[in-house]
Parts: sequence; C-alpha cells; structure tokens
Amino acid sequence: MAKFDEMAFYDHKEMTNISYAPPATPWMDTPVQFRPGSYIYPGKARHLEYLGLPNAREWEVTENDWKLQDNWKQIILEGMADRLQRFRSFKLFMDICVRCGACADKCHFFIGGGDPKNMPVLRAELLRSIYRKNFTAMGKVMGKIAGGRPLTIDVIKEWFYYFFQCTECRRCSVFCPYGIDTAEITIMGRELLGLLGIYVNWIIEPAANCFRTGNHLGIQPHTMKDIFDDFATDIEDITGISLDIPFNKKGAEVLFVTPSGDIFAEPGIYTAMGYCLFFNEIGLDYTWSTYASEGGNFGLFTSNEVMKRLNSKIYAEAQRLGVKYIIGGECGHMWRVLHQYMDTMNGPADFLETPKNPITGTVFEHAKSTKMIHIMEFMADLIKNGKMPPVDKSRNDDCVVTFHDSCNPARGMGIFEEPRYVLRHVCNNFVEMPENTIREQTFCCGGGAGLGTDENMEMRLRGGLPRGAAVKHVQDEHGVNRLSCMCAIDRATLHTVCEYWAHGVEVCGITELVANAMICKGEKKREINMRFQPLPGAEQE
Amino acid sequence: MSDKGKIFLGLIVFIVAVTYPMWGGVFAKTPAPDVQLPDGKCIESRDYMVANHMNMLDEWRDKFVREGEEIYIASDGTEHAISLTKTCMKSGCHDNKTEFCDKCHTYADVDPYCWDCHVAPDQVAPKGGN
Amino acid sequence: MSFMPSFLISLAAVAVLFGIGYGGAAAGAGAVIGIYVPYAALLVFLGGLVWKVADWANSPVPFRIPTTSGQQKSLDWIRRDPIDSPFTKGEVVLRMALEVLFFRSLLKNTKTQLHHGKPAYATDLWLWLAAIIFHYSMLVVLLRHLRLFLAETPFFVTAIERADGFMQVGVPVFYATSIGILLGLLWLLSRRILNPLVRYISLPNDYFPLLLLLGIAGSGFCLRYIDKTDIVAVKELTVGLASFSPAADAIANINPLFFGHLFLVAILFAYFPFSKLMHLAGVFLSPTRNLANNSRAERHINPWNPKVKMHTYDEYEDDFRDLMKEVGLPVEKE
Repeated sequence: MAKFDEMAFYDHKEMTNISYAPPATPWMDTPVQFRPGSYIYPGKARHLEYLGLPNAREWEVTENDWKLQDNWKQIILEGMADRLQRFRSFKLFMDICVRCGACADKCHFFIGGGDPKNMPVLRAELLRSIYRKNFTAMGKVMGKIAGGRPLTIDVIKEWFYYFFQCTECRRCSVFCPYGIDTAEITIMGRELLGLLGIYVNWIIEPAANCFRTGNHLGIQPHTMKDIFDDFATDIEDITGISLDIPFNKKGAEVLFVTPSGDIFAEPGIYTAMGYCLFFNEIGLDYTWSTYASEGGNFGLFTSNEVMKRLNSKIYAEAQRLGVKYIIGGECGHMWRVLHQYMDTMNGPADFLETPKNPITGTVFEHAKSTKMIHIMEFMADLIKNGKMPPVDKSRNDDCVVTFHDSCNPARGMGIFEEPRYVLRHVCNNFVEMPENTIREQTFCCGGGAGLGTDENMEMRLRGGLPRGAAVKHVQDEHGVNRLSCMCAIDRATLHTVCEYWAHGVEVCGITELVANAMICKGEKKREINMRFQPLPGAEQE
Repeated sequence: MSDKGKIFLGLIVFIVAVTYPMWGGVFAKTPAPDVQLPDGKCIESRDYMVANHMNMLDEWRDKFVREGEEIYIASDGTEHAISLTKTCMKSGCHDNKTEFCDKCHTYADVDPYCWDCHVAPDQVAPKGGN
Repeated sequence: MSFMPSFLISLAAVAVLFGIGYGGAAAGAGAVIGIYVPYAALLVFLGGLVWKVADWANSPVPFRIPTTSGQQKSLDWIRRDPIDSPFTKGEVVLRMALEVLFFRSLLKNTKTQLHHGKPAYATDLWLWLAAIIFHYSMLVVLLRHLRLFLAETPFFVTAIERADGFMQVGVPVFYATSIGILLGLLWLLSRRILNPLVRYISLPNDYFPLLLLLGIAGSGFCLRYIDKTDIVAVKELTVGLASFSPAADAIANINPLFFGHLFLVAILFAYFPFSKLMHLAGVFLSPTRNLANNSRAERHINPWNPKVKMHTYDEYEDDFRDLMKEVGLPVEKE
C-alpha cells in the first residue's frame, strides 16, 4: 500500500476531478487544514542554528503549538513595517490590487487543485488583509468592512501553508495589469515567517549545507572530486576520451558554476558529464570550484540576506582564482539570482572582465557588468560562428524532444531562443508544446522554490498537472518521449510529473543532448549515449 | 536606485493636469450670461423652460413636421401655435437670437442645430421673409 | 465577509451618501454641498494622492526585477523583444505606455477550462474590453465636463463633444460615452457578482467604488437626459468654484439631483487616495514593468544592501583542508 509521499497513493481519477467552485464559507472564515502530502516538514533546529536564524527549535506542523516567541505578533508587525520601508514592490503590491481576477486561473496550483487560496490574488490577500488592518487608515477604522482582519495564530498557519504552495514562478505577473508579482508577495511572506523561525526543512537544510560546504547537497570537496573522477571514467567508457576535469584551478580563464543537483542524481548527472565533455572538446581553459560548487540558491526561498550570503561565494571564488569571467550552467532559479540579484548584492565585479568567447572572439556586452553568461548563450555563439565541434544529430534520433521553459529563466531573464537554437542544432526531432504553456506563459514543474520534496507529493502532482498535461498532449500528438529543460530542479521534479501525467516521457538537460551528438576529436566509435543506452541504429549493426 | 525625481515630476504633471480647470480660465474670464427676459409670461414656467426648452422644441418639430399638429396646449391650458419663430421668437418675446439664445448656448458650449434650417428673425434681411 | 453583506453595505453607503447630497441641497444646505464639500474633497484628493505616492517613492526598489515576457538582449543575431524585455529606457517607456494606454497585460488574458481533467486555455478579452470601455468613457466624460469649469470652453473639449455625439441623435445630443461608462461599470459589477471566483475574492472595497461610480454616472445621465437642470446656473457654480469665487446665488436655481451627483463625486475624490483606485498612480511605479531587463549590463544599486555574515574561502578551507589535500585539491595554506 502506497503512502502519501509516493505517487501511487494518488488516484488519477480523483486527481483530475477538480472543482473550481469556491467553498460556501468566506475565505477569512475558512481555516487551513494540513493534509499529509500537501505541506512540507519544518526546518530542523540545527540548520537554523548553523545559519544563525531566530527561534531554532523542533516543532511539528500538525501540533497545535508551533512554539513561537511570546511577542510573535510584534515581531511580524515590525517585520512588515521594516519590509514596507525597504521594498517598494511590497508596499505597492499591498496597495494597488483591484481584485480583477485576471491572475486567478493562471497559477498551476489552482489549475491542478482548485483551492481558491491558490489563486494568486487570494494568496496575496492573506497578507494584504493583515496589512490593511494594521497599516492603513481605512483598515484601522473600519476593520473587516475595509478588508482587514486581525493577526492570529491561524493566519500564521495559513501563511505557512500557502506561501509554501507558491513556487514563485511569476506566471501570474505576466497577466496582471499592474504587474503584481506573487513571487514578491511570497518572498515577503516567507521572510516574515522566517522571523518566527518558521522554515521548511527542504529549503533550510540545503541553505545550511550550502553555507558550510558550498553546495545544497552538502557534498564535501573530496567527495566531489570522487564524483567527477567517476564522471571521467564514464565519459571515457562512452567516448574513449580521457579527460582532465579541472578543480579550483588558479588562473583559469573561466569559472564554471552549476547547481549541485546535477552532479548528484539522474538525469542531471548526464548533463553535468556533458559540461565536462563539452569544455574539454572546445579546449576552454576553465575550472570547477568546490567552494562555489552551487549555482542554485535556496536563500532566494528564505530571505534576501541568506540569498546574499550563499551567493557571495561565486564572486569571491572568481576573485580568488583570478578568472576572467564566469559561465553558469543550466539552472532555473539560479539564473533568476545571477541575472537579477547577484550584481546588486555582491557586485561590483570589477576584478573580472567583460565575458569574451576566446574561440569566436564574441564579446558578451549584455553581461558587461555582472560578467557572467549562460552556457546556452556561449554555445549558441559557437554554433552561429561555426566553431561548435561537429555534431551527428542522428545520435539523438531515438528522442522526439520538446522543451520546457523553466519559470525563472523565462520570466526573470528572458532566455527563450538560445536553448531552442542549440536544441535544433543537436537533434532532428524537436516539437513545441502548445503556445499557452511555453515561453513567457510556461508552467512550473510544480516543485520549484523549495517545494520539490516527496512529503509534498500531492501538491507537486497537482501543481505539475498543467505542465504534465501539455507534455501528454505532445506525447499523444507527436510521439514526444523526451522533455528537455535547463533547470536542475526541473530535472528532479519533472521526472515525477512526467511519470504521473505523461508516462513514458523522460527528462534531460540540453547539454546532455549536445554531448550525445558532439563528434569529439579522437573519439572511439560511439555506440552508447550519455545514459549508457545504445545509440539509435547501434543495435542493428 | 534614485527615481524620486521622476516620481516628483510625474506628480507635478498630474497636479497641473488635474487643476487645469483652475488655471485654464485665468486669462479668459467670461462672465456668466446676463440674459434680458422680456416682460410678460412665457408659455411654461421659467424653471421648466430653462431646463427643458430643447426637448419642447424637439417635440414641436416632430409634431408639426411629421404629425401636422399646429397647437400646443400648455400646462395652464392656454393654447399656442407650434412655431419657433412665430411663438418663441415673435416680436416682444425672445426675438433676438444673439442676445437671448446664443448667450447661454455659447457659455455652456451648446451647439443646437435649430439654425441649420431656421433663420432667426434678427438675422433676416428686412425684406426677406421665410 | 460573504457577498451579500459586502454588497449591501456598499450599496447602502452609496445610497446614504447620495441622499445626503440630494436631501442636503433640498433642505437648503446647497452651499455646504456645492462649495465647501468640493473644496475639501479636492484637498483630500490631492494631498492624499501626493502623500501616498511620496510614501511609495520613499521605499526604494532594491532589486531590478522586471517580469520578462520576451526574448532578452544577448547575442546580436538573436531577435530580441524590445517591448516585453526592454533593454533601454526608451523601450521601457514604450512598454509602460502600452501598459497604461492599452492595458496590454490584460490583453494577454486567457481562460482556463478543464476538459475531462485536462486544462485548456483560450483567449479571453471580455475583462479587457469592459475595462477599456469604462476607463476611456470615464476619461472622455471627465474631459467633457471641462465645459462646465472653464468660462470659455477650449476647442479640444468642443471637438471631443462633437466626436462623442457622432450619432447625432436626441436632444440634447446623446453621447456614446454616456452609455459606455454605464455599460462598462455594469459589466465589471456583474462579472464581480456572477463569476463565483471573482465574487469569492471581492470585498466591500471592490463593490463600493463600482457602485459609487455607477451612482455618479447614473445621476449624471439623469441630469443630462431625464431630470434636467439649469445648466447655466450649474456652470456659474462650477466656474465659480474653479476660479475661487463661488457663486452661491446660483445654487437656488439648481436641481437637487445635481447635488446628489456632486456629493458622490466629492466622496469619490476623497476616497480615492485611500483605496485601490490608487492603481491610477501605482501602475506607473510597478517594478516588474518599469525597469529595463539589463541587470547584467548595468549594475542596479540597492541603497540598503545589507552587511551579512559570509562563509569565506579561508573558513571553508579550514573546515576541509585535510580532506582536500587527500584527493589532491590545491589549498591556500599547507
């Protein structure tokens, strides 16, 4: 018998029997109910302590007493006042929503679950009602009539439930006539909860790990070296090429940073191996780092301060190693941080140079301040200039590929064409999913922003429904069997989403497909792909 | 990021626009029209005529032109010929378009189309006729 | 609060306010409602709006967080989207102009429906259409009202009146926006009531401004087409207000309905800065729309960029030096 943290526990018929009819009770009078499979376990005290975060303790979500500080109300209200002063987005988004409802059916959690508090507008109202009651004249005087409500422990529990049912994907913000971004609301909500020591372990443990070891998974330097030695062995088995994977190399031209999730588990490791093979083949003088061994940043899901602390290692390491610039691998929220936050938080990176492709001579002017480029930008430039190693597309002919735009690179960066350009260069069969589900309208995997843990299985599957349904659509229509994406969280969570909603479709990174197709100098006759599966046509020979 | 300057500028533009009615007329003070009313009684009360004369004339036109009615019975029972020029604008009543009609219409920015067809008595050449 | 009480409270509030204006004038307090209240309302409106915007401006924008809905600027040969992913200030201005003038984000609206558990998305422009009809009708109605505030009506107001009365029916000429504003408002109100999800999220704060505007537009409609008043007397009053020389003697000649109308307008002005209606100003300040997507080319400054505790490389090496040396990773200190 399957448990609530396994997908077999969830019956397809029940999961697709979704009602968008709101309950009879008004939302302020509908308390939250913690249902196993729909919430995440609390952060363990030791991780909070390691990061120096407040109110470290052991507690349970389903217990009545959450062991908050005695003056928790004051802490929240002061925290709100402080953030209203520091973030114009917060203040503005509290004030100007007209509740037109345009965002209501744009959230994957609402589409897949029907809980009205997953409508972005209502998620924000959870916070806005407290704002109105405590920070606006109307709310202070008229209370409920002006849409205010008192701050109670039930409100805190509701915040916890719903701010950890938002993946900060920003899809709603595309449609909002005032650009209200629920990610901003959720970020604020989570910062406020953090003041009471309310974190989820799935986020705070990786954050603590990253602070200490340099990566979310807590891989220590010697283990990392071992992992990459294994990669080198595998790559040699596949291609016959023996390569050296540089680590912590001073004076290298480029520092390469990517999420640690990709060096740890399938299918991300095939992409990580792909990076090694690719850089080796083009002869780039680059290095990995064990200290800055994480591109991802669970601080983004914690608070802007923790985000800054974790992110600081990238520039610090680039400076220590004396590289010229930084290339970032395929990751989602990592690129939100790198593109929209890093330079502001930890810049200026005036010890680096404007990125320049040493092979093509292209100068990446658009990254002249941050000095960090995306590997897809780098690859696209190589291809365009005819400097990409030759490829044999047919090696990917077993795949009918579609591409999932990850939320953050899509709506927090705008990188749409580069990955598609690279994909078309390395595989013959590429089809797009329906237009309302890709590019700026792309749907989240359902497990981003730190929600991709198994105890949250029901919400992951529900949140993954819109993406899963789109994949299923192209699977049925075009025989798609491969979902490519450039995000490590996607590679972990979409695997589950596909298995449940579009069984038979596998997930991969783009660089994995590049590595499959790339004809390396001096390689042996390739018979298997990066997954050790026979290449198409290989069996017959 | 310092964008307070831009926001301040935006506020100024907004306030200037919103207060346009207050400064827009500073150099062009037209006094409210001072209309000379003729002696005697109009066919309906003053208040009624001020607010509703346009509808009465509109109805008159339809009644006269389309239904052939020639007599209007006022609320006090008196009968009047349905005619703009022979009743309203007859000599001794509102016979001066410029001094009577136009004053208010210009002030309130009203552009009635009475004069597309009619000719005002005070604007007819002495020997003309209509 | 559920729908019925929210709606009824708002309706009652508007009705009472209208009654105060109408009844007050009928009972001889026309000077208060016609002169003092409008001045007070305008002061509250301007003061409140400036205060609110200044309050927003006082909070910095720590991070450059535009919502990118189109291709970024990267390599020269990749066609980028200057509107949905603006890189220059000019492009931001263009994006904002389209947003403010044409409600461009709403124009992207879709409707999600489930077919046997599979979501399907279709373009849905009804909300956009209702919003456009209401807002532009409102703008034209406001501009048309200038004829009542300026002794000499400016040419552009006359031109707007001509255009608005293009149907050339009725006496006085019937304006398209007279019905446009009412239809737009009724549309917005009915979707708020009839769509179960929108009804669920609606507060008295949503019904009240809609009903207030309906009260204003409705009473205005009556004043022009049904229960008319001495418009010259009205203009004497309003020009007097605008030129700070109130014409109290004109009040006696004005239909009390006008004061009901005027009082609701005053309430709208006074309510405006403290309500969601501030989206008028807020839309210009939204950091997801008014910033360029050039974060990697130009550093954005956070004025309160916090000093935080870092885990430096030296501390890291201290933690792991032996393990690093074991596998041959280079270290700074032997």
